[in-house]
Amino acid sequence: MVTTYLEFEKPIEEIVEQITKTKEIADQGGVDMTQAIEDLQAKLDAAQKEIYENLTPWDRVQVSRHPDRPYTLDYINAITKGDFIEMHGDRNVKDDKAMVGGMGSIDGQTVMFIGQQKGRNTKERTYRNFGMANPEGYRKALRLMKLAEKFNKPIVCLIDTPGAFPGLEAEERGQGEAIARNLFEMVTLKVPVICVVIGEGASGGALGIGVGDKVMMLENTWYSVISPESCSSILWRNWDNKEKAASALKLTAKDMLKNKLIDGIIKEPTGGAHYDPEAMFKKLKTELKRNITKLSEMAPQERVDARIEKFGAMGVYSN
Amino acid sequence: MSWFTRKMKGIVTPTKEKKETPDGLWYKTPNGEIIDTKVLEANSFVTPTEGYHERIGSAEYFEIIFDDNKYKELDKDLKSGDPLEFEDTKKYVDRVEATMKKTGLNDAVSCAYGKTSGQPLVVACMDFAFIGGSMGSVVGEKISRAIQYAIKKKCPFMMISKSGGARMMEAGFSLMQMAKTSARLTQLAEAKLPYISFVTDPTTGGITASFAMLGDINIAEPRALIAFAGPRVVRDTVGKDLPEGFQTSEFLLEHGFLDFIVDRRELKEKLEQVMRLFAN
Repeated sequence: MVTTYLEFEKPIEEIVEQITKTKEIADQGGVDMTQAIEDLQAKLDAAQKEIYENLTPWDRVQVSRHPDRPYTLDYINAITKGDFIEMHGDRNVKDDKAMVGGMGSIDGQTVMFIGQQKGRNTKERTYRNFGMANPEGYRKALRLMKLAEKFNKPIVCLIDTPGAFPGLEAEERGQGEAIARNLFEMVTLKVPVICVVIGEGASGGALGIGVGDKVMMLENTWYSVISPESCSSILWRNWDNKEKAASALKLTAKDMLKNKLIDGIIKEPTGGAHYDPEAMFKKLKTELKRNITKLSEMAPQERVDARIEKFGAMGVYSN
Repeated sequence: MSWFTRKMKGIVTPTKEKKETPDGLWYKTPNGEIIDTKVLEANSFVTPTEGYHERIGSAEYFEIIFDDNKYKELDKDLKSGDPLEFEDTKKYVDRVEATMKKTGLNDAVSCAYGKTSGQPLVVACMDFAFIGGSMGSVVGEKISRAIQYAIKKKCPFMMISKSGGARMMEAGFSLMQMAKTSARLTQLAEAKLPYISFVTDPTTGGITASFAMLGDINIAEPRALIAFAGPRVVRDTVGKDLPEGFQTSEFLLEHGFLDFIVDRRELKEKLEQVMRLFAN
């Protein structure tokens, strides 16, 4: 159930309201409004298609942060049909609530799921630290990856973060080292690793669980070295140029694929993942299954070599 | 006159053409000490009494490290592309062009192969003067190639970090250089060749979150700023003043992220010891 409409979604909201009203009239007066509702529904579909086919990069950034959008645990619970055990702690400092993980079953195949978790209301958001992990979050993620490697289970990383947490204790405990270690270790993991940006993919905080055989982005997500707001404030000294920054950063799935920085795009339902979460869950599950099967056909060393060559080839320069 | 005599042998600097420090110029240290620039240069750009480490570039580090300042520079001609046609207040291509002219460098890292205390070594050294030492495609590629060169020559690899982080104008490309360089480092590790990470002032952001913290041995210059999130960002996050010495080399050593801190004037000796202990 969509509860919030973004600025550019206002026409959609209006039609939805009309449909609700028409239905009310039909219920109260016993009048047959089937035709009217059908017409409105068609109008809604058309409006959604029209709006979602013409999203600007900044619009997409907003969709990626939509408060009704499914988060990591929503995907995991839906894809495993609840057959999932969440595992906690980095065995060192504490349990980071912004990074979740555990073993779950995709139609009988055990998979290690890892991802940043955001909260849906103020209390939850604080509890999840807005999806910004501390070093112990990255170390928990690495612990689970190593566990998956030991028991030969494929790894699925769901990325959704506005960045690694820039706090005092995070620095004390080595935020940089924690992310760096993950990059290094993920390169040589012997099991298939699939990473999917399901919301925000901000910088090193995203990449810290983002090195895989197959890195994909959902259609309405973003992935870059910096958020458009921060980019705007650094380059133009204010937040007013965030739209411009969003375009300049080429942070959409389409641009990232074009620049060969990701391996694929997973289409979202018209109106975004939040408009039809069930369809989105199903789509992601299909993609995960397909890729796990395909990657499992390769030998471990073959996968590692391909991973190194893939990331090794990223960049544009002239001799 | 003890400050006038060189403490170390082997870093004699006869490079008139190297550093733009004409005779008769004086250098003022942060604490107000005034010394001759020539004295500073002869002292590895460390102020004699305070031990303040002036920021220096790759050419100066190479001169300190390599025997008789003899080395072969690697992939010197690699230059930046403009994959995103990035433009803020200035076009990225123009910014790069202007920086190249100003610094005489092609990008923010220089790589070299040579001998230090008789032992072969590949060094990749960042230049802060080049757009804040930021890492874009060229930096990532040159470091990657330097690592591969070390594998080919079966010698240790040393990274001298000095950078504000990723180069925003290359957005996604610059982010992926973190993964790229880390991927190449796994190959160095596979070949069982030592990786010496030498962290200098300042090293922040994506550099700290990739190769700078991945050394088999992590060392740093005294009092260098080493951080993931810069002090300003952290201060804004926590909403209070930061403790004294926060995010300095000494702070990182205390929290377990460095093996030791080395004075630049003793760098070469220490490097010899590290390499010898790994090798024998």
